[in-house]
Amino acid sequence: MALDPDTETEVRRRQRSRAIVTALLLGAFVVLVYAISIAKMIK
Amino acid sequence: MASAPIVTSNMPAEWRDFWALTKPRVMTLVVFTGLCGLLIAPGHIHPVLGFTAILCIALGAGAAAALNQWYEADLDSKMKRTANRPLPAGRMNRQSALHFGVGLAAFSVILMGLAVNALAAAILTVSILFYVLIYTVWLKRRTPQNIVIGGAAGAFPALIGWAAVTGRVDVLPVLLFFLVFLWTPPHFWALSLFVNSDYAAAGVPMMSVVAGTKATRLQAFLYSWPMAAVAIAPWPLGLAGPIYGIAAIALNLVFLALAARVGFSREADPALMKAERRLFGYSILYLFATFGVLVVDKLWFA
Repeated sequence: MALDPDTETEVRRRQRSRAIVTALLLGAFVVLVYAISIAKMIK
Repeated sequence: MASAPIVTSNMPAEWRDFWALTKPRVMTLVVFTGLCGLLIAPGHIHPVLGFTAILCIALGAGAAAALNQWYEADLDSKMKRTANRPLPAGRMNRQSALHFGVGLAAFSVILMGLAVNALAAAILTVSILFYVLIYTVWLKRRTPQNIVIGGAAGAFPALIGWAAVTGRVDVLPVLLFFLVFLWTPPHFWALSLFVNSDYAAAGVPMMSVVAGTKATRLQAFLYSWPMAAVAIAPWPLGLAGPIYGIAAIALNLVFLALAARVGFSREADPALMKAERRLFGYSILYLFATFGVLVVDKLWFA
């Protein structure tokens, strides 16, 4: 079923904002794992 | 009371709604008590690992809150205080909340186990399961003792913080556990007295709904006594210094005075329940102050 243009725009906007937040969280997780690895090595 | 079924939007939920699902304001207190448990523990933890431990406590608390809202969407839709949460407001479907809660819970426990230690991860697991299964699923809709036993769920973070540093559990964090455990009934019963109609409408058997306001007031007052005893105990037991001891006595005298005003109040109109609102507001300040002073005391005499 095709969405009307306004609904589709809103869906895309929400998907984009969720994708950005997910990417930021994944980036933060990578940094955290790196920091944990260093902390464990020098412990 | 019959309620209209929750109508869920077909739109994907906003990321802000996932954030709201974690009850960020409740998380503040959990993070603070966990951090205090970590700071007062003897020994040393690398700051990155300490940060990771607190992060895992926060994520675990957020996961438990999400699962709580997943299970209680029907109750939340009947109460003014909670009707605008993402699930009852129809901004998110229940399956998304369930997946988010389970995923976050597993992530927090695994990260705690790998980065910090197994004991902290085990206590975190128990605290999440306790909140979701014992409090939310089992007790909340069945007994007015729901928040008495369920209060244990919120009492674990200080234990987890301590265990993250030491890898064991000692007398002081156990006292802090019982302090939060015994603080929970007067804190929530003060709230339930002035939002009684909300709980009654939702059919939640809070003490004020089942036993009436008089019994609830008396019990809130009575629970304040063992709470005060446990709060002051670290000083005579030699587990904290005089800064904590004197502050704890002062904080608890004020708590007991406010609880006494609630205990002997006869006010029936929730809008005029000033004593109950004061006790509820002060109880939050009390817990922050008690834990904060304990940290100051420990750092001062370290």
